Amino acid sequence: MIEAHNAVSPAIAIRDMNVAYHRKPVLWEVNLEIPNGTLVGLVGPNGAGKSTLLKAIMEMVPVVSGEIKIFGSTFRKQRSRVAYVPQRESVDWDFPATVLDVVMMGTYGRLGWCILPGKREKQRAREALAEVGIDHLQNRQISQLSGGQQQRTFLARALVQDADLFLMDEPFAAVDATTEKTIVDVLRKLQAQGKTAVIVHHDLHTVPEYFDYIVLLNMRIVASGPMATTFTQDNLQRTYGGRLTLLDEIAEAIRRRGSSG
Amino acid sequence: MIATLFATFQFDYNTRVVVTGTALLGLASGMVGVFLLLRKRALVGDAISHATLPGVAAVFLVATALGWNAKSLPILLLGAAISGIVAALFIVMLRAGTMLKEDAVLGIILSVFFGIGTALLRIIQQLPTGSSAGLESFIYGKTANMIAEDAYLIGGAALVVCSLTLALSKELKLLCFDTTFGQSQGWPMTLLDLVLMGAVVTVVIVGLQAVGLILMIALLVIPAAAARFWTHRLSKMLIIASLIGAVSSIAGSLASAYFPHLPSGPAIVIAAAILFLLSLFFGSIGGVLGQVVRRRSHRRETNHQHVLRGIYEILEARDRAPLQRGLLRSDEISVQALLGTRSWSLSHVRKILQQLVARDYVVAHSPELYTLTASGIRAAISATRQHRMFEFYLQHQAEISAAGLDRTADFAEHVFDDDMVAELEQIFASQLAPFEVPPSPHPIDGVGVPASFRGGAM
Repeated sequence: MIEAHNAVSPAIAIRDMNVAYHRKPVLWEVNLEIPNGTLVGLVGPNGAGKSTLLKAIMEMVPVVSGEIKIFGSTFRKQRSRVAYVPQRESVDWDFPATVLDVVMMGTYGRLGWCILPGKREKQRAREALAEVGIDHLQNRQISQLSGGQQQRTFLARALVQDADLFLMDEPFAAVDATTEKTIVDVLRKLQAQGKTAVIVHHDLHTVPEYFDYIVLLNMRIVASGPMATTFTQDNLQRTYGGRLTLLDEIAEAIRRRGSSG
Repeated sequence: MIATLFATFQFDYNTRVVVTGTALLGLASGMVGVFLLLRKRALVGDAISHATLPGVAAVFLVATALGWNAKSLPILLLGAAISGIVAALFIVMLRAGTMLKEDAVLGIILSVFFGIGTALLRIIQQLPTGSSAGLESFIYGKTANMIAEDAYLIGGAALVVCSLTLALSKELKLLCFDTTFGQSQGWPMTLLDLVLMGAVVTVVIVGLQAVGLILMIALLVIPAAAARFWTHRLSKMLIIASLIGAVSSIAGSLASAYFPHLPSGPAIVIAAAILFLLSLFFGSIGGVLGQVVRRRSHRRETNHQHVLRGIYEILEARDRAPLQRGLLRSDEISVQALLGTRSWSLSHVRKILQQLVARDYVVAHSPELYTLTASGIRAAISATRQHRMFEFYLQHQAEISAAGLDRTADFAEHVFDDDMVAELEQIFASQLAPFEVPPSPHPIDGVGVPASFRGGAM
């Protein structure tokens, strides 16, 4: 299947990328290629830089060096083909909005400045809510949602973007079993439509079941490739076991020198 | 109120223009305040408004030295704008460039700028030529000192801010709710943040004369906060906050016109505070009164379910459990029998029974003897059925021990909404016929041998 797509550009291709936050290196020399049409699990310990990698792909954090290509071109040019699902805890769910309001935010990018969503956008948002199985909650206040329902709302918001590449930051974190199953179903459906999804994931037990491609990250890419050959005990050991204290210390030293000098 | 409004129109032209100008200011302030509040930047607005004082005083000194009309509003507001913007830049720089946290940064900027402003004001007061009377109105607000031209300026600026905020409402909503997501769609979030802060600075500056720099924050925050008690929708919140802002401003400036010694700022704030208190108590969303009423009716409903289930369980223990169909009345139940089913007082049980009589769930044959009506039977069956389904769920899926079942179910089941009940029904759909009451999974206090120990568990 990967061979069949060889003619088209990979969904993501990163070369020699270094990323720093406030001069502190977070990602070192990332080289990564994500083939089209794969479901990718992005796995690594806390502080490994998983969220940062997603944000770097979307040019939301300053990249010190290196090159990122999305479908063979820059993110800026391909932006409309990318949908992002941030971490659920990153927003305040007491915000005065309904589920439908939030899902319609997915259409804002298409609408452009000052134009409010209309009937068509509302219809599309309802369809997306049906896809994640909470269309009955469309007028519910988002403050009254359970964790799983919040996550489905975010997923629906990404679906209305009709993207080809989905970047999801921990969509499975602290959700109920039904929601987990729904998300997996949606991911499979996306893959069947030829879409690509990169998903930050924490539960190693379900990794081989949910994804067919894996990226193991710990401040640098430890390994990446098809699940069968890459999800090995040895690679996991290298990702989670040996803590790279020296890299940590160097990063801290660079930061300190940066702020004092 | 209407008489007051009529009185307004009998005021001279100048007063009418001033009141209209401040009303527009309140409108803009309420609207911008909603986004400021949702962006969680209310205190930045406060710091900026305090930071305008040195600008006003410095411009006054310079203009006096140059022999210009130092009391011209546009000149003074220009000074306010400059020092407000400088303060905003300092806030951004200190926040990003040092390890200081936002609250410390705001505390420093607010007090230092205000301190410098106060010192300059003292110098002005000691000048032989300069009377600083006009400047005091910038601290506490004085609409009575305003002339029509000032009001045009204020009203015009407020209208510009309102239109800008409305035109960008979708973008600002994204900024306030989910900045990273907006960024991923390519919206220039930093620019939108600047637009919002620019709108706030504009409202603060043109509001100085009417509200005063100390209290300006109130007109930004209070209407928006009050509006939150009435709606969960952003669009409605914008409308309500604008109205509260406008009404407070009108009331405050009128009060200031009636009582020449009352500064308009405090008057506006008091008016807004009254509207806030009304919202806090009577607001339909999370208002105190609504909460009390909801809690009361919830407690009532809980009591009703307990008594209905109690009656059902007593009848069930006598093998006389009423069925869904074909019964007009259940067997009689004595108050004494009910009293044994849980720890409640006689008067409490009687009170609940009376409420159930009023709901036509129960008929009283004597003060001691009651029967369920047909609708009471339905309600009792559904209460018992739901309780037991939940108990089975707790026992088998949550693995809570039989001893704690009744209490746990009691504690949790009364928050059920229709969705949760439906979910429970779905789980047991294959095991239970509609309206069938499963046997209790544990012995029931006060009613004798439970049916389940004779009939076997599910």
